[in-house]
Parts: sequence; C-alpha cells; structure tokens
Amino acid sequence: MSAANWRKAMNSGAGRIAMGAARPTVGFPTAPASIDDVVAEGDASVSRWLRLLLQHVRARHVAVLAFLLVFPWIASPFFTFQIGAQSLALGIIALSLAFLAGYGGMISLAQMTVAGIAGYLVAIFGTSGTPEISLGWPWWIAVPLAIAIATVCGTLIGWLSVRTEGIYTIMITLAIGVAFHYLALQNYSVFNGFQGLQKVYPPVLLELDWRSPMPFFYLCLFFALGAYLLVKYVNRSPFGIALQGIRDNPRRMNALGFAVTGHRVAAYAFAGVIAAVGGVLFTWYNGLITPGSVGTSSLINILVIAVLGGMRHPIGPFLGAIVFVLLQNFAIDLFDRERFNLVIGGVFLAIVLFSPDGLIGLWARFANRFAAARAQSSPVARNAVAGGSSQR
Amino acid sequence: MARSRKWLWWVAIGGPLVAFAIWALATNERLFLVTLLNGLTLGALYFIVASGFTLVFGLMRNVNLAHGSLYLLGGYVGFIVAERTEWWLPAVAAGIAAAALVGLAMQVAIFRRMPGEDLRQTMVTIGLSIVIADLLLWTFGAQVHQMDPPAWLAQPLRGLPLIGAYSSYRLSLLPLGIGIGVLLWLFLNRTRVGMMIRAGVDDRGMLAASGVNVNLVFAITFAIGAGLAGFGGVIGAVELSMVPGEDTRLLLASLVVVIVGGMGSVVGAAVGAAILGLAETFGLAYAPTYSVVFTFLILVLVLAFRPRGILGRPG
Repeated sequence: MSAANWRKAMNSGAGRIAMGAARPTVGFPTAPASIDDVVAEGDASVSRWLRLLLQHVRARHVAVLAFLLVFPWIASPFFTFQIGAQSLALGIIALSLAFLAGYGGMISLAQMTVAGIAGYLVAIFGTSGTPEISLGWPWWIAVPLAIAIATVCGTLIGWLSVRTEGIYTIMITLAIGVAFHYLALQNYSVFNGFQGLQKVYPPVLLELDWRSPMPFFYLCLFFALGAYLLVKYVNRSPFGIALQGIRDNPRRMNALGFAVTGHRVAAYAFAGVIAAVGGVLFTWYNGLITPGSVGTSSLINILVIAVLGGMRHPIGPFLGAIVFVLLQNFAIDLFDRERFNLVIGGVFLAIVLFSPDGLIGLWARFANRFAAARAQSSPVARNAVAGGSSQR
Repeated sequence: MARSRKWLWWVAIGGPLVAFAIWALATNERLFLVTLLNGLTLGALYFIVASGFTLVFGLMRNVNLAHGSLYLLGGYVGFIVAERTEWWLPAVAAGIAAAALVGLAMQVAIFRRMPGEDLRQTMVTIGLSIVIADLLLWTFGAQVHQMDPPAWLAQPLRGLPLIGAYSSYRLSLLPLGIGIGVLLWLFLNRTRVGMMIRAGVDDRGMLAASGVNVNLVFAITFAIGAGLAGFGGVIGAVELSMVPGEDTRLLLASLVVVIVGGMGSVVGAAVGAAILGLAETFGLAYAPTYSVVFTFLILVLVLAFRPRGILGRPG
C-alpha cells in the first residue's frame, strides 16, 4: 500500500469511528430506545452484514472455495494429501511470514523455527515413537499448550529482533533459527538429537482417523481459511492499519503517539500463533519432527514460498506453497530429483530479479495490461480502470 | 556515574569468567589451555571469514547471505589445486581468486542493477546461496573432503610448557589472523581506496557527489570481501573439513560475529570472532550438549543491552 492509500485508509477509518461515536446522540436522543427500535437496529445490522458480505465476496472467491471443498472428492489421495494438505500447511507457516513482511515490513526467517517449536512440543507433550521423552498427554492439552508456548517463543524472538531494523532483522532471525537447529541437533535429552521425534500423528477423533487424506485435507483447509480470514481482518483493523503505518514511516507514527515497538512485538505474537498452528499441522503431515525440519534450508524454504507467491496479499503464500510443492514433487520428472534445490533456487532468483511482488505481482501486471488494452477501445472502461488502479 | 556503571559491567561479566578460569585451571590445566588455544585459533578463522562479510555490509548495506557459499567454493577450489599441483600457496591463491571472481561477478551483474534496494539484494544472495550450494554438491558430492596442511606445518609442535604438543598448523592461524587484521586496518586507514571505503561507510551519497567512482569502490570492496571468504575456505578446508552444510555453519558464525561485534567494523569483527570462537570451544569442552546455547546466550545478551553490537556506533 502506498503512502497515499494508507493515508486514505487512515482517514476513512477515523471517519467511521467519528460516525460511530456520533450516532448514539443522533439516533437515541434521550431515553432508552423502545423494543421496536432495538429490533429495527438488529435488522439493520443484519442487512448491513449481508450487504458487506455481498460487497466483498466475488464470484472468484466462491469459485475457489467451491473448488477447494470439492477437490478431495475428485483428486486422488496422493494429490489430496501430498499436494493439497502439504501446500495448505506450508502456506499457513508462510502466511505468518508474509503478514510480518508485507504488513509489518519485518522479514523474519525464524517463523519456521516457531512452527518447529510447536511441532516439537506437540511431540514432547503428546505421543511419539520415543516414550522416554514424550509425556503422553491427551491431545486437547498437548496441542493448545504447544501452540501457546510456541507463540510465547515467537513473541520473544520478535522482542529480540525488533531492537534492530530492516536488513538486520533477517540476520538476527536467521541466527536465532540456525542456533535452534543446532540446539535440536545436539541435544538428546529433550529433542532426541539427529533422530528427532517420530510417529507424531493427529488424534483419532469422532471415529475418524484425521491422518487419512480426506479428513486431514479438510482439517488443513479449515485452519488455512481461518488464518487467511484472520489476517485479512487484522489488516483492516486499527491495529493492522497502525502496523502498516509503522512499516511506511516509523518515526512519524512514533510522533503521532503510537507505540512502535509494542505494535511490532504484537505483530510477532500474532504471526507466532499462525506459525504455531501451521507447525502443528505440518508436523502431523510429516508424522515426525527432526532438526532438519528447522534447518537453514527449511527456514529459507518458507521465505522462498512467501516471496514466490507474493507478500502483498494473504493469498500469495498459498499460491507460492502450491507452486513449491508441485515443483518438489514433479521436478523429478523434468530433472534429476537430486537437483530440486537448483530448480527452486533458480525459480526464486528469477522471481526476485524480475517480479519482486511474486506471482501476485505477475498477475497484477498481466491484469493491468489487459485492462489497459480494453480501456483503449472504450472510454467508459478507461474511467473504470483509472478508478480501479488507485485501490489495490 | 557512567564510569561506575562500566565497572559494574566488567565485574558482572568478568567475575564469573575469572572464577571459571581459576576453577578450570585448578582442576585440569591442560584441558583449559588447549581449549583456550583451540578457541583463539577458531576465532582467527572466523575473523578472516567475517571481516569480509562486515566489510561488504558496512559499505554496501548488503547482507551477503551467499558468503558461506563463497567460503565453501574457495575451499573446494583450493583443495583441487592443491591435489593437482601438490603445492600449498597456489591453492591459497586459487581459492581467493575463485571466490573473489564470483563475488565480483555478483556485484557487477546483479547488485549494480538494483542500487539501494537492500532487501531485494539480500533475497538475491539467498537465491544465489541455494544455487551455489547445490552446484557444489553436484560437482563434489556429499563426501567429506579434507586438505593436508603444508609440509612445514604438518608436524605438531612439541615441548610446549604445560600442554605438551599442539598442532603447529592451528597455532599458525593465530598470527595469520592477527596479520590479516593488521593488513586490513592498514588498508582501510592508510590507503586511498581504504579512505574511500570508509567515506562510503559513513555517507555513500556524499562520496558519489565528490566525484568518486562509487561502482568501482563497491566492486573492489566486494572482491576483497569475497576473497577473504575464499581465503578462509582454504584455511578451513584443513582445519575443519569441507562437506555440504559447512557453508551454513560459517554463515551463521559470520552473522553472529558481526552482530556481536558491531556491524561494519573490522575491530568489532575481531572482538566478536574471539568471543564466538572461545564460547564454542569452551562450550564443546565443558558442556557438550548445550554448547550452542552459549552462543545464543551471548547473542541475546548483546542484543538486549547493546543492539548495535559491542563496538557498533549508535545509528
């Protein structure tokens, strides 16, 4: 979002707050309203919600959602599990990075570390193939506790790294992430060293094995949708707007009276929750957690996914994850399987060099060109394009 | 007030360290001294690699995350040349040249096209590090390569007081690291190019405005920084070993050294390298499963109390 757009969003937000504050004095002059008034107000709010829904939900949203819901029924179990569920789980982790980077301006490479901590904790608190380490608690204690502790870790990492800015953040989060990798590698009493913890599976619940492809896909889809909508919501909330302001100009926001450090740490905490949820799902997908899951290449893969898709919109990380997983699974047909890193590194380089906004940026460029071509043929459409291009 | 607080810091940090040193000397003096030497020599290697990193960072604000890959590249090239010619000096020269050339190519072909875009440049270095690491794995395989030290350093040094024998190659790293530090200091402080580099660290725009060819200065700096990584690679090929994954290890070491010491400062890199080398070896000797925690703890403490590093200047 450009500075002008941000200012506009800020103004409209302020306007809405001012209107909201003004309404009670206008709508309810003196005494408490009668019941009819309250009911009318309720109807109005319902219809307002409906209108909002109709305003924001486009045909493409419905189409994508319908496709995702039908996908496991038409695709083979391999596609449902290996491609679909894995993309969604990786996409959630990458979404937490895209939130921090795209809206907070902080590129943290330690998001996979937060996810890995959640995975390790689920294995330690719950059940795994190493009973000497695992405590064997039921899932409804182990999973929330793991997510909570991982979130705290993510917040602490954020608290450490917000002391530095921009380019330094990458260095510090990378150092923290790699340090955790070596800790997990060398420590046998808690992390079980090189072996890691095996056989970490989701529970069997409601007579459903949640690790079989279809239920697991829906589980991932549920949390992916939740995270996506949550990020979209937070970006429009006063907190999200303030965060974007801090990204664009921290000094000005500080002068306006916003707690810059506080907002940044809170952003890390929020991203920590998302990363932790994604981490638990990804650990369940793999069925194990090893130091390799939090190694340098894994940390960088998350960045690759987020950059590949584009960090300007929460859908980007999921697009990136789909491309990444498809390449991972089918590069074997095009090249040698061993050369996957070369392929993904090359794709990443090409994206960074030629389309800094990732696949979304490519799409936007394509759509712009298409719209421009159409605008030249009809004057009405030209106005529409001029109006549309100012809002992203 | 300020002085008394400084004293407090020295006592708070130095006190436990001195107590530990006395305890360790009293229980096993040989272990302590050997570990001390190991730490300092490892620190010398870290310094050589990290000084290149900090030089590039200080001038160009470019976090070269492919620095570890350049280190590994220098090591492999040096290894091949040493195997073919059986001489050591050409191997060192080839390692430096290979890394410097790749670094120069990176600067000229890529970074010059995106001036001022720090974040994008860093992303590019990440992509390059993935590609270079995979190309090296493709060419040299996953097995461990180890280079032989030069013949005149192959025999351990015997008859040292208290510790007995010690590898003369490792011991030679200490003067080497100090020598490189002094040379670098002289280069930065006593030559014209060094002056330009320092001026560029302080104010890039002003340097360009006063008629200096900034691109040339950038290219020279990048070549020197990458060359230092390659030099470290050849040395490390003997002291450590060459295997895929070493690039990350040295990258992490460079990152920590530069964060702890202060970004863009060569003296800071020396201090940080000594601290990291000592912390790693003492951790491995006295608390093996938690040795990384010490590194991490130092990082956290420095960040918490001196966010710009021990010798970093306030921004």
